[in-house]
Amino acid sequence: MRVVISGYGIYSCIGKNVAEVTESLKEGRSGIGLDMERKPFGYRSCLTGIIEEPDLKKDLSRRARLGMSEEARYAYVSTKEALEMAGITQDYLDNNRAGILFGNDSTAGAVTEAVDTIRAKKDTMLVGSGSIFQSMNSTVNMNLATIFKLRGVNFTISAACASGSHAIGVGYHLIKSGLEDMIICGGAQEVNLYAFGSFDGLGVFSMREDEPAKSSRPFDKDRDGLITSGGAATVVLESLESAQRRGATILGEVTGYGFSSNGDHISNPNTEGQVDSISRALKMADISAKEIDYVNAHATSTPKGDMFEAQAIFDVFGGKTPVSSTKSMTGHECWMAGASEIVYCMIMMRNGFIAPNINFENPDEVSRNLNIIAESKNANLNTIASNSFGFGGTNSTLIIKKYE
Amino acid sequence: MSREEVVETVNGFLAEEFEVEVDTLDPNGVLHETLDLDSLDYVDLVVVIESHFGFKVTGEDFKSISTLNDFYDFIVNKHEHA
Repeated sequence: MRVVISGYGIYSCIGKNVAEVTESLKEGRSGIGLDMERKPFGYRSCLTGIIEEPDLKKDLSRRARLGMSEEARYAYVSTKEALEMAGITQDYLDNNRAGILFGNDSTAGAVTEAVDTIRAKKDTMLVGSGSIFQSMNSTVNMNLATIFKLRGVNFTISAACASGSHAIGVGYHLIKSGLEDMIICGGAQEVNLYAFGSFDGLGVFSMREDEPAKSSRPFDKDRDGLITSGGAATVVLESLESAQRRGATILGEVTGYGFSSNGDHISNPNTEGQVDSISRALKMADISAKEIDYVNAHATSTPKGDMFEAQAIFDVFGGKTPVSSTKSMTGHECWMAGASEIVYCMIMMRNGFIAPNINFENPDEVSRNLNIIAESKNANLNTIASNSFGFGGTNSTLIIKKYE
Repeated sequence: MSREEVVETVNGFLAEEFEVEVDTLDPNGVLHETLDLDSLDYVDLVVVIESHFGFKVTGEDFKSISTLNDFYDFIVNKHEHA
């Protein structure tokens, strides 16, 4: 069973929809800024992706909105856009089975607010009825499945910074094996004050606060850490038969999903595990490394992480394949990143360009071996690979092809 | 707090939190039908009552409330004895 992409949507710090994000990717625009509340709260770094809260009052009832966490609100917007692009109406969903798989790995904002209220009021009832539905990791799934009345597979995948990628990979397999016809896949990430405190505490965030747009610089010799961001990204996957039956415009095809675990350190990556993930994806897609036209790297702008991945990319692809990390513009969208980076790749594929790895000014001893694209470049992309690697050594690689 | 003030405060949070049109509220209408309340909504009523009037309502209390007028009276009475 072939698995195709018929729609996608995005809500991120570089744009609130596909059109805005397309412009940002072409122009190499950074979405990074400063949240000055972070320093007095105890953060080391105020750098973050700047995201505006969507106003859903006109779209959704009070009851529908009450249970939605910050990341679920973002995911509603990206999913609405993806469904519209795919030509899927509510009437279609009412009459046909569709599933939902989202990547999400925290609900710190909702949990913290609820606990603060309970501590202050000493009465659990006073957190209100929506809190529980905001506070569970599956908040995106439970809200969107209810809003869009979905009746297929419905669960959340938590796999650190590879969550969104694994969600698409698992969706691909469920359709490929004939268990579902259509699955709404994606990833979502909260950006509130409580979301990243403990992450900041590891000392791995960039401190280049005087130059926010230059702070995320994957593969650059002078990178000093990552900048977190968030939002949501949605990809509509369906079987080729389903898309053809609906008369949908087919935008791409998922042909490979590789995954592995490093079996090593909880935060340090390793090259072997990453090579295994990429190699398995290529094997599943039944293509050689040289058939990949572009690699969207996981590279987050940390000194160590980028070095391990640069080596893994070099080991598999050699030094000619174009590589960039869109995190140079978006920052690290964490649980959402694996899905948003597929959306960024789809945008590049459809519009014939490679989004730049901005701020790549000087290579280090490993990244000098790669063909890193530092300026936006026109390119006909037929097949792309996208890497996502997470804490605990979880690795995921997706391969997307133009539909022929 | 006078009954008029209670009515005004209650209608205010019903408009704000429950998104009902105050002009359409019938004081003799059945509360759960007027507000289209399900079991989850009663939790949110407890929250808004506590935040506006400073006392907590229990599930048992709601059993004595049928109409919106009953609801206003209940609040006035509770508020006086709080």
